[in-house]
Amino acid sequence: MDFQFIQQYIPMYVEAARLTLTIGALGIVLATVVGILCSAVEYYRIPVLRHIVSVYVELSRNTPLLVQLFFLYFGLPKIGIRWSAELCGIVGLAFLGGSYMTEAFRSGLETVEPIQKESALSLGMTPVQTMWSVILPQAMAVSVPSLVANVIFLLKETSVFSGIALADLMYVAKDLIGLYYKTPEALSMLVIAYLIILLPISILGTVLERRLRYAGFGH
Amino acid sequence: MLDSAINHIANAFGLELLHFADSFRGLGMKLLAAATPEAIAAAQAAADQKKAPAISILFKGNNFIRLLGGLWVTIRISLIAVLISIPLGILFGMLMTRKNPVTKALSRVYLDFIRIMPQLVLLFIVYFGTTRAFGINLSGELSAVIVFVLWGTAEMGDLVRGALISIPKHQYESAAALGMTPLQTSLYVIIPQTLRRLIPLAINLITRMIKTTSLIVLIGVVEVLKTGQQIIDANRFAYPTAALPIYGVVFFLYFFSCWPISMLARYLEKRWKN
Repeated sequence: MDFQFIQQYIPMYVEAARLTLTIGALGIVLATVVGILCSAVEYYRIPVLRHIVSVYVELSRNTPLLVQLFFLYFGLPKIGIRWSAELCGIVGLAFLGGSYMTEAFRSGLETVEPIQKESALSLGMTPVQTMWSVILPQAMAVSVPSLVANVIFLLKETSVFSGIALADLMYVAKDLIGLYYKTPEALSMLVIAYLIILLPISILGTVLERRLRYAGFGH
Repeated sequence: MLDSAINHIANAFGLELLHFADSFRGLGMKLLAAATPEAIAAAQAAADQKKAPAISILFKGNNFIRLLGGLWVTIRISLIAVLISIPLGILFGMLMTRKNPVTKALSRVYLDFIRIMPQLVLLFIVYFGTTRAFGINLSGELSAVIVFVLWGTAEMGDLVRGALISIPKHQYESAAALGMTPLQTSLYVIIPQTLRRLIPLAINLITRMIKTTSLIVLIGVVEVLKTGQQIIDANRFAYPTAALPIYGVVFFLYFFSCWPISMLARYLEKRWKN
């Protein structure tokens, strides 16, 4: 191990981690928005949109992100839709993550029994109040563990961005291996970088899950 | 060189001759092209097929068969990895339910490490790292199988553990109270119930495996995405917009490989719910 080399190239990794995190965070936020919208469409059974949502969920869940990105980044410019690699990464992540988020929200909403909604309505609560104070708290308790799992999954998926020439952590590691042949150093820095990013989220997820189970919500 | 010479002549003879020089330049270009018959063929093909829709590239030669061959590389690797990792995963899952603190800690570390690292990082570690550390030259496909077995074992193990601990304790106790031996308890009570929970999840693991296997293109295995790239590059002139249909088809090839499997998993899950 060449520690001087590691020290010298830490800034490159920090820069790449920042890019990974920025694109990851934007993608995840967008994916959550898509997930909320799609699960609302499914929950309220909005006629035509419902079918569109289910087609979208199947398409996005059954194809790999790398293929989606190749289509977005290399395919679509041929019919005039050009985007930067960054925007493409965000859109790709939102396209993939949207369906996973939809499933997470839906599985939560499904566990709330219809009697909860009916009781709230018969108590004179408005539909908004019913949703906000009765259904959502119970649904979220079930959804949160899978939401956290999705966040980790999506952050992991950002590693394929190197395939469309975004200078993320994978890209930097590959660069250093190619340029200086410092494979062990580059790879161990890569592993450490991902551990620093993902381990806290994973621990947070475990703690949250335990808290929610302890609180006895939703079960 | 020819060009600058022509320009020189054009300047020397004045503007009236410019037109003549221009046609002369066109002739020169044609002569240049004649030097390489491939270039003429490419230009001819480009002229012929300029109006052909880009999608027709799929039916040219054996392009579609080649793409399917690439898909098979992906699917073969994921099937091999699944077939190896299911038995290993069952063993690993049973190991994780043991009370022994040492095995518990070790399996926890293994599971968490494999799950937290992006699969691409694991591929890089095995593909580039082992070569450098041990001087072994693993092929891309072999390192993919190794990584996906490691990953699949961890995921499968976690599924098995989840299924095992989801069996309520009273099932074991009732079986014991009926006078069943531990072997009988496992065989007739626990395993059938575990399997019902496990099989849909294990089938889902196959689709995840197929999707994750798409990453192997980044360590240089020639699979469906790479084959698509080759087709696009080979027809750069004849079909400048080939990337759209080719990557679209690759997208749907993956979709139609994974979708039926997910449907089957969902059907079984629904059917065996209770």
